Amino acid sequence: MQSVVCLKVVPRPEEVRVDLETKTLNRSGVRSVINPADLSALEMALALRDQHGGRVTVLSMGPPSFEPYLRVAIAVGADDAVLLSDREFGGADTLATSYTLSEGVRTVGGVDLVLCGDESSDGGTSQVPQGIAEWLGCSQATYVDRVERTSEGMLRVRRVLEDGTETLELPFPAVVSVLGGTGEPRFIDYDRWAMAQQATVRVIDAATLGADPKYLGLKGSPTVVAGLREVRKPGRRHEVVMLEPEAAAARLAQELRRLGLVTDKGSPAST
Amino acid sequence: MSDIGGVWVYAERRMGSVRPVSLEILGRARGVADGLGARLVAVTVGGGESAVHDLARYGADEVVAVEEPSLQRYDTRLYTDLLEREVRSANPSVLLLGATRDGQDLAGRLAVRLRTGLTAHVTSLEVDPEQRLIGWVPGFGGGIEAGIVCPTHRPAIVTVRPGVFSMPTPGPSASEVRWVRPTLEPSDFGSRQVSFVPKGAGVDLTRSDVLVVGGRGTGGDFDRLQKLAHRLGGEVGATRVATDSGWVDRERMIGQTGVVTHPKVAVILGASGAVQFTVGIEKAGFVIAVNRDPDAPIFDSADLGLVGDLGPIVDRLVEELGES
Repeated sequence: MQSVVCLKVVPRPEEVRVDLETKTLNRSGVRSVINPADLSALEMALALRDQHGGRVTVLSMGPPSFEPYLRVAIAVGADDAVLLSDREFGGADTLATSYTLSEGVRTVGGVDLVLCGDESSDGGTSQVPQGIAEWLGCSQATYVDRVERTSEGMLRVRRVLEDGTETLELPFPAVVSVLGGTGEPRFIDYDRWAMAQQATVRVIDAATLGADPKYLGLKGSPTVVAGLREVRKPGRRHEVVMLEPEAAAARLAQELRRLGLVTDKGSPAST
Repeated sequence: MSDIGGVWVYAERRMGSVRPVSLEILGRARGVADGLGARLVAVTVGGGESAVHDLARYGADEVVAVEEPSLQRYDTRLYTDLLEREVRSANPSVLLLGATRDGQDLAGRLAVRLRTGLTAHVTSLEVDPEQRLIGWVPGFGGGIEAGIVCPTHRPAIVTVRPGVFSMPTPGPSASEVRWVRPTLEPSDFGSRQVSFVPKGAGVDLTRSDVLVVGGRGTGGDFDRLQKLAHRLGGEVGATRVATDSGWVDRERMIGQTGVVTHPKVAVILGASGAVQFTVGIEKAGFVIAVNRDPDAPIFDSADLGLVGDLGPIVDRLVEELGES
């Protein structure tokens, strides 16, 4: 089975600071990580390969500085890596991003299954996997925590929904979005680490990709940022105190009683 | 059909009844439609008379009901095809969907099918003086939000999480109803449902008066949070880090891509306070935060902040409150 796993490199959210003067994000010096849900997708692809054979290619879109992250994925177990990198791809919204990635999948060729994390941690839209599926004209299943290939050669997935789980069968090729937190991503294989450093990451620019330029990047993005503003936060008391655990607990208990959540008799009063 | 184009709301249902999030959106969309001088249209697939009846009481000028017995189950391919047909023929300016699992499955696919723009997880909607619909989305890292427009493509597709808009009050039925009855073939379905296992009641954090919410700083120990929540008669919620780490079920995730809650009291333990999270507790009556870092942004969203280690503080608190 030939799989592609889409990986997004995201900044660690706790390290990004906003410059309120300029209303821009200050990402300098911010460390990045592979989006956690995408690692769940990678693990799922590797488990399928362990079972059925085939190859796992990791695919990402971004600047050349993303290469080391793809090498990490190779060290974890991916067979090869493709990085779509060109200024033409920049400023892409979900329509353009899903188009560019779908063209990357076409370039890999002969792909049975595309696995993505269900959303990215940097304010993700959760819409790119569905978009890739539509551009490729193939099956899709979202918010999946289990995949298998049936003996009849169908894809069987379990989708986790608000009020239950549904098991679906779909034909290949397919795009699956994997629920974040699914499975336990395997550790970097240190025997593979040196090999991964030497491995070739295929870097593909817009011209090589041969995609339709009108769907790429900023000009291929129908949504536009019309403005930025400070989030209007509700008025809060903003009382911050530093107390020893005992005193802190007493203070909290006092506050919870004041709010009527507990009575001194020791039974919840709110329900 | 005027050039303005209608404001459409996709009314998702579970069995015969419309999901609350769709009614919440319909309530807000009434104002959007009025602002744009447009008609408000609710579209439902496979909902039957009961869904139409519900929708007609929540302010839609028109209900489009696509009906066929085999439309009971959501199927990506079939629903995308059916909605594409309706949207192309009516050419609405806006299409709003609830950001449920199936709603997002559909929105992402349909947006690319129609080659149009999608704004996900808005926390407010405005019509600006140029008669454009602006969807506000919290920005990255904290403090700012971005207003997104879709100026040159139709429809602007927008998704909204449950709880963002309040539930409107139903009125008298005042909608025109248009029934659409497609003829379907087995090959129109993209998938076959092997089984559906209902989860039982599930948890609905939007209805809880008290929330005890844990983040990275809990280190994954949610037992003590559970104890405290139980003692306070509330529910446990979590940040993305906690759900992504598998510490807590995803349905308990609070924030922009989780649930927007409005409890009377929220106790936030070991969460740094990224804006994607804090939008989910903004509507809380009173917010208590415990964090080891005195500079943690969560204190900007709190009425009462305690700087310290949450483990000993919560354990002592549970002791102090006694058994329930």
